[in-house]
Amino acid sequence: MSKLKSTLGIVAIAFITLTVMSCKDNSKEQNSTDGDHSQMNHDNSDGHHDGEKKEMAMSGDSNAQAVLNDYFNLKNALVGDDNGKAKELGATLATSLGNFDASQYTDAQQSELKDIVEDAVEHAEHISESDIAHQREHFKVLSKDVIDMVAITGAEMKLYEQFCPMYDGGTAWLSTKEEVRNPYYGSQMLKCGKVQREIN
Amino acid sequence: MKIVKIIAIILLVAFVGIQFIPTTRNQSDTVPSTDFMLVNNVPETIQKKLQVSCYDCHSNNTQYPWYNKIQPVAWFLEDHIKEGKAELNFNEWDSLSSRRKASKLRSIIKQIENGEMPLDSYTLIHSEATFTEAEAEELINFITQLKDSL
Repeated sequence: MSKLKSTLGIVAIAFITLTVMSCKDNSKEQNSTDGDHSQMNHDNSDGHHDGEKKEMAMSGDSNAQAVLNDYFNLKNALVGDDNGKAKELGATLATSLGNFDASQYTDAQQSELKDIVEDAVEHAEHISESDIAHQREHFKVLSKDVIDMVAITGAEMKLYEQFCPMYDGGTAWLSTKEEVRNPYYGSQMLKCGKVQREIN
Repeated sequence: MKIVKIIAIILLVAFVGIQFIPTTRNQSDTVPSTDFMLVNNVPETIQKKLQVSCYDCHSNNTQYPWYNKIQPVAWFLEDHIKEGKAELNFNEWDSLSSRRKASKLRSIIKQIENGEMPLDSYTLIHSEATFTEAEAEELINFITQLKDSL
């Protein structure tokens, strides 16, 4: 009899676990659809309100600057081998990228910026939920996106494009300082790399 | 004893009950012109492998085994497919920009290299989806070529 009881117990626990799991998944789904909605709204407001457009153009550069600042914070976390902080800052960067407004640029630039931002957001989001090796993989492509963004938007301060020939067949990143602090290796090879280009 | 019986009956009723909750099926008869296989010149062996190992969660059409029609398994699966398609949908490949394609191809290479895809929970049931070392190498070479030609 007790066998029957424990069998039933196990079935009950399994059932409850599965139910709870599927509930959790459902709520996650809802969150992600909510995210999509707000993004969609954002896209709409970009296109349709001309009045807003002009207003935004005034602060357009600070838009790109906000992205850059968050990018540098993230880079510094990776230089410091700080997985947890990089997660947080990846999420912050994804938000500032999402708020990026390109309306002051020409149509061709806008479509390129939209493409860059879309790609960069995905990498920033992955960084917000990965281990440090993955974060660095995504940071490589993210850096390319940000370098391409700066080629269009420019930057308010002097920047250094640095290059590490060892990481994944050669990889670049941006820094505000001339001294090399490698975000791909951190303390393992902190000073590996060189300045390959100065911007501004 | 009585209480056990009652619980058993409640569970049975609940189990039967949840079968009637509808789920969205990921199924489609048509392959859009933006499909990865249609726009790229993919060797036949790789086509087959992608179909078996990836397309169930990364396209608009899933081949459902019978037990995936039973709750709560179906819910679990639905969530996975949704997530998989959001990351990468081979059916909509050509609607991506070159930048995005390069990003996706890079991720495919990394995930196969690190053995992160296909998911363990998938290969547990679909053993044919597992990549042998040679298959992984063949795919990675092809994807690398494709990425370099963008």
